[in-house]
Amino acid sequence: MDWSKHKILEKSSILLLIGILITVAIGGLVEIAPLFWLSSTIEQVKGMRPYTPLELAGRDIYVREGCYLCHSQMVRSLRDEVERYGHYSLAAESMYDHPFQWGSKRTGPDLARVGGKYSDEWHVAHMTDPRAVVPESVMPGYPFLGKRALDYSDIAERLRVLRFEGVPYTDGMIADAKADLERQVDPNAEAIKEFLARYPKAQARQFDGDPSFVSELDALVAYLQMLGTLVDFATFDAAGPNLR
Amino acid sequence: MAALLEREEWKAFSDFMALVASGLLALVGLILALAGKEPVMKFHGCLLLGAAGLAFLYILTQMIKWSEPRTEAGYADGVIRAGVIATVFWGLAGFLVGDIIAWQLAFPALNLDLPWTSFGRLRPLHTSAVIFAFGGNALIATSLYVVQRTSRARLAGRWSPWFVFWGYQLFIVLAATGYLLGVTQSKEYAEPEWYVDLWLTAVWVVYFLVFIGTLARRREPHIYVANWFYLAFIVTVAMLHIVNNLAVPISLLGSKSYVIYSGVQDAMTQWWYGHNAVGFFLTAGFLGMMYYFVPKRAERPIYSYRLSIVHFWSLIFLYIWAGPHHLHYTALPDWAQTLGMTFSIMLWMPSWGGMINGLMTLSGAWDKLRTDPVIRLLVVAVAFYGMSTFEGPLMSIKSVNALSHYTDWTIGHVHSGALGWVAFITFGAVYCLVPWLWHRKALYSQRLVEWHFWISTLGILLYITAMWVSGILQGLMWRAYDSLGFLEYSFVETVEAMHPFYVIRAIGGLLFLIGALLMAYNVWRTIRGDEPVDAAEQPRIAAAPEFRPVPAE
Repeated sequence: MDWSKHKILEKSSILLLIGILITVAIGGLVEIAPLFWLSSTIEQVKGMRPYTPLELAGRDIYVREGCYLCHSQMVRSLRDEVERYGHYSLAAESMYDHPFQWGSKRTGPDLARVGGKYSDEWHVAHMTDPRAVVPESVMPGYPFLGKRALDYSDIAERLRVLRFEGVPYTDGMIADAKADLERQVDPNAEAIKEFLARYPKAQARQFDGDPSFVSELDALVAYLQMLGTLVDFATFDAAGPNLR
Repeated sequence: MAALLEREEWKAFSDFMALVASGLLALVGLILALAGKEPVMKFHGCLLLGAAGLAFLYILTQMIKWSEPRTEAGYADGVIRAGVIATVFWGLAGFLVGDIIAWQLAFPALNLDLPWTSFGRLRPLHTSAVIFAFGGNALIATSLYVVQRTSRARLAGRWSPWFVFWGYQLFIVLAATGYLLGVTQSKEYAEPEWYVDLWLTAVWVVYFLVFIGTLARRREPHIYVANWFYLAFIVTVAMLHIVNNLAVPISLLGSKSYVIYSGVQDAMTQWWYGHNAVGFFLTAGFLGMMYYFVPKRAERPIYSYRLSIVHFWSLIFLYIWAGPHHLHYTALPDWAQTLGMTFSIMLWMPSWGGMINGLMTLSGAWDKLRTDPVIRLLVVAVAFYGMSTFEGPLMSIKSVNALSHYTDWTIGHVHSGALGWVAFITFGAVYCLVPWLWHRKALYSQRLVEWHFWISTLGILLYITAMWVSGILQGLMWRAYDSLGFLEYSFVETVEAMHPFYVIRAIGGLLFLIGALLMAYNVWRTIRGDEPVDAAEQPRIAAAPEFRPVPAE
């Protein structure tokens, strides 16, 4: 091999630069680009819908507090994980997640299917003082969430940005975003049927037990209680047609 | 004379442009400070206004003084001296926050139940402080030092190098204060929000132009191998940063944005970024450091030129593919996982090629390991590099990853690379650079370097052994079945089992921090110009070039 040919690159900063750019571009192109077209990564599964405004606001708090640093939302296809957490996670289950919250560390348990596993009261007690309900827990307490009013002044704008990025929010969902958010914590609201038609399987109730105002805790608990509840795995068939 | 005039005109022009740019930035800061939608945006607007305003005033004073001709001969070392001080400062900050969150995991009451002191907000502060503030400043400072020396050319740009330095510090402060106030886009190691990302992009582009501009004016025919690595680091990090952070803000006056990718595509893009933050920020850049400082300190040439070529091209080609090993057994398609695993295993070879090239550079100079603790830091760094680049491919194997993923084993692996490799090679470079840049006859104290080396090494060993045990223990407990075929442990039982190892880890981190404090003291005394306490024991290379005794023929 003639090593002296390498001189060509060593003597020109531009050629070296071009060589580097080509070399480092290949891997990413091969691995990332197909994911936008392959059916296994873009298939739609029955039951998946965009987040309700309240769930989305709760999700934004989950992101803000860095929950993903200790909790994954990705059940791997391994026997013990499926037995501990439930059905392995599908790509479609995070299709509306901007950004994804799969996580990389389980200092605490996986939360992909935590929805419905505990009562609202448990979540409220746990968020306020984790060691009151789980003495061995090392989770930080979040007593301030229940005291803080949720800021949802720009919730419609948030839905609009997500629609721009491909989440199928309708005009009606965006126009009613603020009202929908309030309806979800006030189950006596008249338009609740309309809301449930827009967001099937949405849970509407007083999440933090304090009806006087919509707190950050309301939103966070609403988000946690819906995680993993949209796809019905009693009827889901990984080999069959799941298109809606 | 005409050429001189042209030069002066050029200077005046660049002063003027710098003035306009800082003025415009101050204006943007003012707008954000007044019209920002959230308190944090107003605060960040104030920071930008303050920084750009000070820059504006400084440039103005320089322009007024402009009539006296100034000489700009030799190397531009002021910005590198600033970078070395910033490296030490941010290192201390990053290690301190890291140790605080380590104690929080052992004793959760330390979270104080306040938003800005909870683990979830401090952890990105720690990772960004050590990777981008400590590591980034070390890379910028050493790359600008090395590219000048190996090109025999002064840095390109008049204000640009200083813009890179101060712009980068502003990026750090914006990102760090943002995390504490809950501004994050939650992509690991890419947490800063859209406006901070934009700012970093601007700084990074100027950094690239300074670097390649200096290469372009070199007076050496060949580009030295360290600069290949630095160049690959700079351009690849730009590519990764821009692609991974594409996002749409909710409002141009607010901090929140949504990343354009979702779900599995976002996961793949994030770990393509994330693993190559390791591959190009924490590896390629620091290999550039290795290729300059190890031969320089050992006063021996690089072991093999051909190995350098193979090492360089295969490393940068293979690394980019390794990201999917962070996503084994997830909803990412199998073929992508297998590609990630395969390339990760292949990556072992160029990694060890680089390690061998670094270690064998000591051929004929191995005795220096005994007498020179600075070279020991550099060499042990390369040894840790070899260890963690063996451990990495091992953990990328799917069946190993099934056990190790989501556990502390990953944390231990990262720290054997970050503390053992990245931090140690940086410490070595800092100990080299301080006497050289401040024109001192030696470091203030070589004995303190010895103490630093041993205390920090002990700290690393406590850290990574504790994480090996806790990681493997927890992985095994999660998958343990009892005789009836039920899962044996509840999740929280596995959390309880971690406690002793979390305490050991936090003690290890504390030792590492103490070592770094010794370094800061030593660096401060050297910069201050105090008489070295053990100059006679230090090698001749420890002194600034003008003080080195000429070796006997």
